[in-house]
Amino acid sequence: MTTWRRPVTLIGLALVPVAVLGVFFVLPVSGMVARGFWPDGDFAPGEVLDVLTRPRTGRVVWFTVWSAGVATLLAVAVGLPAAYVLHRLDFPLRRAVRAALLVPFVLPTVVVGVAFRQLLGEAGPLGFLGLDGTPVAILAGLVFFNAAVVIRAVGASWESMDARPAEAAAALGASPRQVFLTVTLPSLRPAIVSAASVVFLFCATSFGVVLTLGGTQYSSVETEIYLLTTDLLDLPGAAALSIVQLVAVVVLLAIAGRLRASADPSIVRVPARPRRPRRSDLGQLVATGLLLVFVAAPLVTLLVGSLQVGDAWSLDNYRALTTTGSQQALLVPVTEALATSLRTAVDATWMSLSLGLLVALAVTRRWRSRAERRIRGLLDGFFMLPLGVSAATLGFGFLITLDSPPLDLRDSPLLVPLAQALVALPLVVRTLVPVLDGIDDRQRQAAASLGAGPLRAVMTVDLPVLWKPLVAASGFAFAASLGEFGATAFLARDDHPTLPVVIFRLIGHPGAMNYGMALAASVVLAVTTAVVMAAVERLRVPSLGAI
Amino acid sequence: MSLSLTGVSVDYDGVPAVVDVSLELPAGQVLAVLGPSGSGKSTLLRAVAGLEPARGTIAWAGEDLAHVPTHKRGFALMFQDGQLFTHLTVARNVGYALRLRRARDTATRVRDLLALVGLEGYDDRLPSTLSGGERQRVALARSLAVEPRLLLLDEPLSALDAGLRERLAGELREILVTAGTTALMVTHDHEEAYTVADRLAVMRDGRLVQSGAIDEVWRAPVDPATALFLGYARVLEGPAAARLLIAAGLAPARAVAVRRSALTVDVSPPAALTRGDPLVGVVVSARVTPDQVRLVVDLEGLGELDAVAAVDTHPSAGEPVRLSVDRSRLAVIG
Repeated sequence: MTTWRRPVTLIGLALVPVAVLGVFFVLPVSGMVARGFWPDGDFAPGEVLDVLTRPRTGRVVWFTVWSAGVATLLAVAVGLPAAYVLHRLDFPLRRAVRAALLVPFVLPTVVVGVAFRQLLGEAGPLGFLGLDGTPVAILAGLVFFNAAVVIRAVGASWESMDARPAEAAAALGASPRQVFLTVTLPSLRPAIVSAASVVFLFCATSFGVVLTLGGTQYSSVETEIYLLTTDLLDLPGAAALSIVQLVAVVVLLAIAGRLRASADPSIVRVPARPRRPRRSDLGQLVATGLLLVFVAAPLVTLLVGSLQVGDAWSLDNYRALTTTGSQQALLVPVTEALATSLRTAVDATWMSLSLGLLVALAVTRRWRSRAERRIRGLLDGFFMLPLGVSAATLGFGFLITLDSPPLDLRDSPLLVPLAQALVALPLVVRTLVPVLDGIDDRQRQAAASLGAGPLRAVMTVDLPVLWKPLVAASGFAFAASLGEFGATAFLARDDHPTLPVVIFRLIGHPGAMNYGMALAASVVLAVTTAVVMAAVERLRVPSLGAI
Repeated sequence: MSLSLTGVSVDYDGVPAVVDVSLELPAGQVLAVLGPSGSGKSTLLRAVAGLEPARGTIAWAGEDLAHVPTHKRGFALMFQDGQLFTHLTVARNVGYALRLRRARDTATRVRDLLALVGLEGYDDRLPSTLSGGERQRVALARSLAVEPRLLLLDEPLSALDAGLRERLAGELREILVTAGTTALMVTHDHEEAYTVADRLAVMRDGRLVQSGAIDEVWRAPVDPATALFLGYARVLEGPAAARLLIAAGLAPARAVAVRRSALTVDVSPPAALTRGDPLVGVVVSARVTPDQVRLVVDLEGLGELDAVAAVDTHPSAGEPVRLSVDRSRLAVIG
C-alpha cells in the first residue's frame, strides 16, 4: 500500500461526519453563542459579563453544581452494592432484576419527571412527605435516572475483574474488608470515576427532570437557558450560560478521558464466575432490594394513576389519547404525536447510525504515527461533545442559524431528527468503538494473507462481530430519540409535536383530564422505549450504554 | 507442625474435581503435586488455601481449618502469573502483608526480600514494567514476606519460557531452603517438580494415585499412565515386558516403564555386557543430537522402541544392531 493512501482513507472516512457535525452542531452552537456576544451585530461582551454577575446566575450555577454533585454521590452509593449483587452473585431472577434496574436509564426524562410528581405530589402515595417541588424531588429523579449508569459501568468492570488478586491478598492475611479497600476498590476506581463523571455530566445537563420537577423555583443551567430564551427572550443571558456550560463540559470530558482506564494487555484476566450469595452479602442484597423498590415506586404510581379517573378504575385516560385534551391543550391528538415520534425516531436512527459507523470506523483504524493518534484522540473527543452540550443550546442554535438559504431548514421535517441524531451520536459511537477496537488487526491480516480483498476481509472479520452491536446501537438511538426532549422542545412545530413535548404541554395545562392524559401518554412512551430496549438487551452487547 | 489432608473432596456444580485425597506434608519440606491439566491439583491447592469449600479434613498442626477463613490461615498463595497488584509498586506489593499487620521496619524487610529474590533496586517499578520472570520473583517475595506457615505455589513457573523456567526452578529451591519454608506446589511439569520438591504426589482425574519421596515415586511408578506422566518414554506390558526384563537380568513382571536412554546400541564385544538374552533389532530411524544419537529400533518380540547410541557411532536406518539394557533406567510396575 502506498504511504499516502492511509491518511487519505482516514480523512475520507472522517470527512462526512466531521462536516455534518460542523454544520449541524458547531455552527448552531457557535451561532447561539455569537448571538450573545454580538446582540445587535456589534461586539458587546459587556452584556454577557453582566449576566455572569447576576445573583440569579450565581444561584443557578451553584444549584447545578451541588445538585449534580450530590446526585452523583448518591447514584454511586446506591449503584455500587447493586453492581456487586447483579454482577458477582448468582441467584434466581438475576437477569430480570438487572433488566428492571436498567429501565430508568432509557426512560424519557419527561416520563421520569411525571412519575415522580405523581409519586410525591399532594395526592400521591408519598405526598405526606411534602417533597413535591423541593430539591429532594429533583435529586430523587436524578438518582433514579443515573443509578443505572453506575450499575452498568461499574458492574461490567466488576464482572470482568480477575478474582485472583483478591484471593492472593486474602491468602496474605487481608480480611474481606481489607481486600475490598486495598485490592477491589483500586481496580474498580477507573470505572467508578468514569461512571461518576458521566453521571455528573448527565445530572448537570439534565433538562427534563429538572424542568418537570423544579418548575421555575429551582433551575439548573440547562433549564435556565431554556427559560431565558423561550420565556424571557434574554439571548445574551442564554448565551453566557451556554458558554459556561460548554467550557465546563469540555473540561469534564477531558478529565474523564484522562482517567479512562487503559488495561495492561500483558495480563491475562480470568473473570470469576458469579457465586451463590452468602450471609456476608446480606447488606448488599438489602441495598439492591431497596433500590428496586425506589425504581419501581414511581413507575407503579404512574401506571396506577394512568388507570384511574377520579377514584375509579378506568381506561378513559387512554381513550382520551385520541383527542386534543380539554381546553384546547393540544393542536393534535396524542396518537398523532406518537406517530410523529416514531417517524422522527426512525429518521434520527438511520442518521445517527450511519454517522456513528463512519466515526467508529475512522477512530478505530490503526493509527500509526503519533500525529495520527493525536488526531484520533481529537476526533474521539469531538464526537463526544453533543453528550455534554446543552440540548437546549443546540435546539435554539438550530433555530437561529439554520433559518436562511442555503441552510433554510426551519420547516424541513428532517430538522428534529437531525438534532436528535446528534444527541444520540455519542451513544452509537460508544457502543461501536469498543467492539471495533476489540478486533485484533491480525485477523484482518490473516484474512488478507489467505487471499481476501479489503471488502472480503471486512465481511469475514468485522461484520460477524459488528452486526449485533449495530442493531443494538440502532435500538439505543431509537429509544434515545423517542425520549429526547431538550432540543425537540425548541424545534418541534406546534402542529407536529413529539410525544415528550405533548406530555410536557399536558402537565402544564390545568384540568384533571389533561393530567390523566399526560400519565397515560407517559405510560405509552415508557412502554414503547422499554420494549425497544428489552429487545436490544437480548442481543447482549456488553459495550451498550458504557459511555 | 505439618499439613495433613484426610479424605478431602471438592465438587464444582456437582462434578467432582478432587476425590478423597489424603496427604501429609511435614514442616520444612516441599511437596509437589504433579498432574496433567484438569487433574484437580489446582483445586486441591485452592481448597487448602480456603478458597474452595471442601469436604474431609484439612488440618495444620492438628487443628482443623474448616472454619478458618483464608486470611486467617497464615498460608500465602502464589499464582501462575503472580497476580501482582498492578496499582502498587514492587516495594508496596512486597510490603503489602507487612502493612496489613502494621509490622515495624517494613522497609528493611522489603529490601531484604527483594535481595533474596535477586531484585535489588526494583522498589519503585510498577508491575507492568517487569518481565514475566521478574514478576514471579516479586510475587515470591510478597508471599515470603508474611513468613507463611505454608507457602502454596500454583504452577509458579509455567508462564515462563523454557530456559528461564529451568534457572528459576533452581533458584526457587534455594530460596525455599534458605527461608526454611514449608511449601505445597502444584505443577504439570515433572522436571520442575524434581528440581524444586522433596516429595511428590501424583494426581489424576481428581484422585491421588501415588505419593512419597521423589526417588521412591520415580523408581516405582504405580501404573503405566503415571510412569508416562513422570517422563518415561514407553511402557511395555505382557510378554514384551517379560522379554525386556529377562534381557535386563530381572524377574519378569506385568509391565515395565522404559526411559528413552534405557537401551543403548552395543558396540562392545558380544556377551561382555549383556547378562540375559541378547537383544537384537533393526534401526528404523536415527537422529543425531549434540549428546547422543537417538534411534527408533524395531526389536524382535518387543516392537519399536527408543534407543540411544554414542555420537561417534553412526547406525543408519535398516542396519541390524545389538542393544544392551541399563537397569537403572527401567521401572518395574508391579
